[in-house]
This record gives sequence, C-alpha cells and structure tokens, in this order.
Amino acid sequence: MKLEVELRHPMQGFTLDVAFAAPPGLTVLFGRSGSGKTTVINAVAGLLNPERGRVALGDQVLQDSASRTWLPPHRRRMGYVFQDARLFPHLTVRQNLGYGRWFAGRAGPASPAQVIEMLGIGSLLDRRPGALSGGERQRVAIGRALLSNPRAILADEPLAALDEARKAEILPYLERLRDETRIPILYVSHSAAEVARLATTVIVLQDGRVIRQGSAAEVLADPAVTPLGARAAGAILTARVIAHHTDGLTELESGGERLFLPRIAQPEGTELRLRIPAQDVILSRQRPEGLSALNILSGHVAQIRSGDGPGALVSVSTRAGTVLARITRRSAATLELHEGTPCHAVVKSVAIAPEDIGR
Amino acid sequence: MAWLGPDEWQVVALSLKVSAWATALSLPLALLVAHALARGRFPGKTLLNGLVHLPLILPPVVTGYLLLLGFGPTGTLGQALASVGLTLAFHWTGAALAAAVMGFPLMVRAIRLSIEAVDPKLEQAAATLGASRIWVFATVTLPLILPGLIAGTILGFAKAMGEFGATITFVSNIPGQTQTVPSAIYAFLQVPGGESAATRLVMISVALALGALLASEVLARRAARRVAGT
Repeated sequence: MKLEVELRHPMQGFTLDVAFAAPPGLTVLFGRSGSGKTTVINAVAGLLNPERGRVALGDQVLQDSASRTWLPPHRRRMGYVFQDARLFPHLTVRQNLGYGRWFAGRAGPASPAQVIEMLGIGSLLDRRPGALSGGERQRVAIGRALLSNPRAILADEPLAALDEARKAEILPYLERLRDETRIPILYVSHSAAEVARLATTVIVLQDGRVIRQGSAAEVLADPAVTPLGARAAGAILTARVIAHHTDGLTELESGGERLFLPRIAQPEGTELRLRIPAQDVILSRQRPEGLSALNILSGHVAQIRSGDGPGALVSVSTRAGTVLARITRRSAATLELHEGTPCHAVVKSVAIAPEDIGR
Repeated sequence: MAWLGPDEWQVVALSLKVSAWATALSLPLALLVAHALARGRFPGKTLLNGLVHLPLILPPVVTGYLLLLGFGPTGTLGQALASVGLTLAFHWTGAALAAAVMGFPLMVRAIRLSIEAVDPKLEQAAATLGASRIWVFATVTLPLILPGLIAGTILGFAKAMGEFGATITFVSNIPGQTQTVPSAIYAFLQVPGGESAATRLVMISVALALGALLASEVLARRAARRVAGT
C-alpha cells in the first residue's frame, strides 16, 4: 500500500507545492525548519485543509479537491505521533493506549501485549502522563498511535523535543517499528542522524518544494543535496558485523572492504547502517601509509560540488558504497580531483558516533 | 431545625427548589453557549457574547421587567408557554427562570474560561485516533473542563439563591409560591418585630453560601488534580 500526496497551499513567504509517494517502509520528509514539512503531514492527517490537493492511500482517496472529496481526520485512520506526545492528561497510560483502539472497533494486527512489549512500557500502565519522563511519554504516544489500527503512521519530529539520551532510547523502537509493520510511515525530521538511521526513502523539502526524492543511501550521498548545509552532510554505508576484537574494536565488512569501529553492541552477522559525517572524511590520492586512521576506502571521485565558500563536497564511489567528503576547494585543486580521479577516503574509527549507527 | 418556623422552613425549601431547577436547566445551555463562544467562529459571536452578559450589567429590576413583558400573561412567549400549560408569571417556575437568567453569565464565564484552557492539540490528537467531534467533546474536552464546570455550577447556584431584584419584579413576593430567602428577609424587615425571623434566614443564607464555597473548593481541587495528569 502506497501513500500518495499532492498538495498546494499558500504559506508565509512561499507556496507549498509538493507531490510524492510514500511506499511501505519509513519515508522521511527531510528539510530545515519552516520548509513546510509539518504542513504536509497535517494535511495528510486532515488537520489542515489545503487550498488544493489530493491524498490517497492505496486505492482509497482521502481527499481530492478536484472531486470535492474530504474525509475528516477521525475517519482517515492515520496514526499520528506528535512532537509533543499529546497524551490525554486525565487518562492513565493504559487508557491512553486503549483510546484509539476503542474507536477502531476491531483490533489491528498488533495486540496490546505485543506493542507494550515492543515499546517497553509495561511498567507504566497505571501511571498518568504527568508522572512520565519525556521519552516514556513519546513511547506511549507511539503505542497509542499503533494500537488505533492505523493504515499509515505519521510522525512529526517525534524526537525533536528530547535530549540525546532519550533519543537514543527511542530510536531502536522506531527501527523495530519500521521493520515490523507493513504500513507506510511518513516521518518528518530535520536531523541527518535520524534520516540516516531510519529512512528507507527520503524526500527533501526546501521552501515548500520537493528538491530530491529517492532511497536514503542515494539521496544522502548526493553532494548537491544538503538541505541543512554542508556541515551536516554525510553518506550512509551498509555494513555487517564480522567480529568483536579484544582491543575494543568491532570489525565490519561492507562490499568487501573492512571497517573498524569502536565496540558496537550487536551480535556478529548483524546488518548495520553507518552514517559517515562528510567533515570527518579525509581524501588522499596515494594510499596513505603510517596513518593512525584505520579505515581506508579506495575508489574514484563521482561528483564534486563547490559553493561560494572555501569548502567543497566530494562524493567518492567505493566498493562499500558512496562516501561524502567535505574538503576545501584549495585541496580539491591541489590534489587535482576531477570526476573519475582515483582516490582514497580515510575515516577515523572514532568519528562515527553511536547515534550514527542504526539497523 | 426546631428554631426555624414552618413558614421559614418553607421559604428555605422553596429557595433550594428554585435554585436547583434554575441551575440544572441552564447548565446544558451554558455549556453549549460557552463552547460556541470559546471555540466557534460564526457571525454574531460578539452579539451573542453581549446578550449573555447583559443580565450582569442591567439593573436586575430591568431584567425582571423585561421578563415580565416577554413571559408575562400578555407576553408572546408567556402566552405560548401558557398554551402548553406552563405558567411563569407570579409562579415559582418564574422565579426559577429569573434566577437562571441572572446566573447564566456567571456560569458561561466560568465554563468558557476552562474550555479556552483546554489545549486544542489534545482534541486534534483525539480526532486522529478516530474520535468524531462529539466523542472528542465527551471523552477529552468534558473531563478536562470539569473543574470549571463545577465552579460555574456552584456560582450559578449561589447566584440563584441570592437573586432578588429580577425575581421580585417578575414573580412578586408571594409566601409559599414565589417567596425565596432574599424576598422573605426583605418582607420580614418591612414589618415590626420581624428582625429575629430575618436574622435566622440571614444565618441560613450565610451557612449555605459558605457550604457552597467549601464544596466547590474541594471538588475543584480534586478535579484539577485529575486534569494535571499526575
């Protein structure tokens, strides 16, 4: 089942004009604050009536301004996870979880017991939302949306209001959600790390327009697409855990290349997604020797994008996948880097933070 | 209450009956109007707001006289109601109507403030979970405004117990029929030697008012704790 969205709506300073499709899996609407992401998701939920638009889920049309179709929010069956949780303060956690389920009439594919177990909220059931931490509240909100037997899930920056520790607590649950449900998830975010860990599909929004859409690996490796600026750029590699070494390093394999990272608490054989921040990648024409960095990926330059500033973003095709490197324009000139130039990308093991590693 | 004569007891009982009916009948309408004023967007909202608050500003005698014009034996509404067997003028039902009209703005105000304090985002969340507008109101809005609802009800009841000007103008001061506590106190003070009876009724008034305030305090606190979600 696919979620198809076409919207046109006047906003402050620009007109939102987007058209995209979210396949099953997790689709991230990615862009900086004020690019119209929340407006899109609210329109899909029916909380906002756009000037013109069409939203369809599978073969059911939820709204179509051409045929004057408009389903009110309570008949759309969209599980919405808000940034601020929005639990009902007068109900216990158990009653909050049961709220949408009661209106759904019939049970969805996920039983309350499964959802409660998956989100680890079994010990909170008799508490009121006021007595929960931010992370706990957000997990309950995810459970409440799931149990309403939704046909799609909408999430509006569900982690933005949380500190790093709480984010780290919830991200694994979102990964499980992505892998264990078969319905489309539309997820709004302005965090590159979240995109890298969660997205199957990325739709990049800028000033109300879709400037790029595609798979996460493809979009994030494109030096021309940096909605948050070059500083936040970084490509994704898929790697498999090979071995845990006694000196605290974990060895991974990706496309035949070996990578060494600080200990990752995942069993051998696990497939992982690694986000390699572009500014932590060094490029070299010769294979470097006598270097403390452990990870050297060989390949050739795929694309160079230099802006007006001193920096340049270079994408390098390697056997492990495409890596982005943020270097200076001067270096690019000195090294005589052009499309097709063979080179080596050097990544320090400690440059990849735990929040950049997902499943 | 041996120290209260049968006539005085009748006065207190009538006052309680009038106030209870006035409060019970105006509460649903007050809730409706408060919701419309807090959340609605419709032409004539300012006018409705003014109309609701009018009895608060008009001299009560004027309100009573207007009621007499409208609901009296010669009034259009009065004749219409009389044809279905409901007499208001110079009858305890009229006292209830006068008390309801006078207490209405206080009720609407308290309820409206509490509705405005409910985060519409919670109502949106309920809608995305499958609740239609009526269900959103019943399961989210209503429980959250309970403290305001209680405060409004008690305020309205207290106002009804104390209503004098509009009542005496509209339904006069007939013992056993329309003589409420304030009317009775007024009547006792007009005759020589009536002070002791008036004093007893004054004490009843004070006790009822204090009781109502205490009750509202306790109920509102309990409801507020519930709403805070801790």
